[in-house]
Amino acid sequence: MTTATAPRRANPVPRRHGIRGQKPGWLTYTILAIWFTVSAYPLWWSFVAGSSDTTVLTSKFPPLIPGGKFLENASEVFATIDFWKALGNSVIVAGAITVSVLFFSTLAGYAFAKLRFRGRNGLLLFVILTLAIPTQLGIIPLFILMKQFGWTGSLGAIIVPTLVTAFGVFFMRQYLVDVIPDELIEAARMDGANQIRTFWHVGVPAARPAMAVLGLFTFMTAWTDYLWPLIVAGSNPTLQVALSQLQSAKYVNYTIVLAGAVLATIPLLILFFFAGRLLVSGIMAGAVKG
Amino acid sequence: MTTSPTGLRRTARAPLTFGQRLNRADQKYSPYLYVAPFFLLFALIGLFPLVYTFVVSLNDWDLLRGSGDWIGFQNYVTELTGPGFWNSLRNTFGIFLLSAIPQLIGATFIAAVLDQNLRAQSFWRLSVLLPYIVTPVAVALIFSSLFSEQYGLVNNVLANFGIDPVLWKHDTFAGQFAIATMVNWRWTGYNALILLAAMQAVPTELYESASLDGAGRVRRFFSITLPSIRPTFVFVIITATIGGLQIFTEPKLFDATSAVPGGAYHQYETTTLYIWNLAFNQDHFGRASAVAFMLLIIIVLIGLVNYAITRSIATGETKSAKKRLGRYRTAERAVTPSAVQIRQER
Repeated sequence: MTTATAPRRANPVPRRHGIRGQKPGWLTYTILAIWFTVSAYPLWWSFVAGSSDTTVLTSKFPPLIPGGKFLENASEVFATIDFWKALGNSVIVAGAITVSVLFFSTLAGYAFAKLRFRGRNGLLLFVILTLAIPTQLGIIPLFILMKQFGWTGSLGAIIVPTLVTAFGVFFMRQYLVDVIPDELIEAARMDGANQIRTFWHVGVPAARPAMAVLGLFTFMTAWTDYLWPLIVAGSNPTLQVALSQLQSAKYVNYTIVLAGAVLATIPLLILFFFAGRLLVSGIMAGAVKG
Repeated sequence: MTTSPTGLRRTARAPLTFGQRLNRADQKYSPYLYVAPFFLLFALIGLFPLVYTFVVSLNDWDLLRGSGDWIGFQNYVTELTGPGFWNSLRNTFGIFLLSAIPQLIGATFIAAVLDQNLRAQSFWRLSVLLPYIVTPVAVALIFSSLFSEQYGLVNNVLANFGIDPVLWKHDTFAGQFAIATMVNWRWTGYNALILLAAMQAVPTELYESASLDGAGRVRRFFSITLPSIRPTFVFVIITATIGGLQIFTEPKLFDATSAVPGGAYHQYETTTLYIWNLAFNQDHFGRASAVAFMLLIIIVLIGLVNYAITRSIATGETKSAKKRLGRYRTAERAVTPSAVQIRQER
């Protein structure tokens, strides 16, 4: 009972069941095609409208064919907001947050998963409990502090509040606890490796797949964040903040706004093209592990 | 399975050399060194601000004068007796219900469709995830144009059927529906993948024996699939709640021409948006903190209720001796997988 679709998931049991035994018919593919249309059309619409003049906004049926004015509209976007600076800021912010979260999460997650120390379980429980607390609600004191330090308007102010996440530590711990055999750590110790060497030569290589997933989601989260950068960014906006400024006028020209939305989505489309499968498997693994 | 005799003898006899003592200290204390940076930073940037929110909420705080006067619970009284806070809570829960319920139904449906022996399987999985990579800001801009009252595509299409333009940006229900639509569009596919993973963990034999007993497709879905994925279902509900109660970007950017964020009549002003407006537009940091603190308590309370429900489901399941569900560790799941953090940020 081997299936044509290669089982990429950890469990190699062939799956052909679903809610039915036989092969899916045309109804299934019709439903999926409709769902795909619903998922993709708003994005396609923003490209169609962003490449046309304003007459597209009065069309009676969903327009399908892009116009020829995308570059024209895009240059209008570049004239309104400092797109490239904002893009660079977003890369720096999301990159720095990703590196920091990965580093601290792997370090602490490894210790929680594989090292024995007093108070380990208590501390881990604390990490789990804080997962459910929305730290996002602490923005007001954070802003007051940033203001007092004179950090507002700097990229550091955007980065600092998300240097570590409880989720990252928990995620790495859950992964490493199964993936590194205790004997391997013991063997490294017997060979005379100290703790940090063991971490570096045993822990980190084993953690790589999980680091890729955690890094991807951390980057996405930092990249899409709007509330906090809006508050502290000032004259140094991230891409999301700059994008939102496109429509902050009394009169909104949606063809320009949507051209901006398309431009801002391109980096993530590229990411999706290369890392989409990793995103899918990351989401699905997150649910199975627990 | 004894350790090497030389090692044993050495520790038993001679006093430890400096290197050995260093090694011991390394084994014993290094773990603390590894977890300490996380806890220090998290205390500083995660927990301290939350505690300090409460302190700020007890003051007449604004940006120019700083901490202002200690006024006890006056900010809470102001908010609990005024219309703004309650209105924002009503809106938040309204949008939450309009998004959570269709999202769950849609995600379960799509997951069930995907849980088959599909051709181009990974393409279909990728396709349902596509909206997730469009950032909330871009989503808000795109749907804000689609739901334009005068020249919006939705109203244009409706006009073909003789339906009058819907006042998406002025009517309460229409506005909340539009905002819920943005949330649903971005998150349904994501949740479908989570539920799909759970569905795939259901053993095939269960379906086979049910088929032999003559159970049809629909019957199998309702009596095998749904009960089996219940823990994941609860998890999706919890993450949808934590995220849904903090919706900000979509209502903030829905109507750029409105001078008041959250609509001309505050008709889709969510609590997070209300907090932002109080603090950063009106300079009422104390009152904004009071609202933030109350929202924090509401979210934590809902989390506790969720946890209790999940636990009772877990114990109920062990009682009913469902071995196939043994692998789920439900209670832990209540506060775990990847979506928690990711969803909080929207």
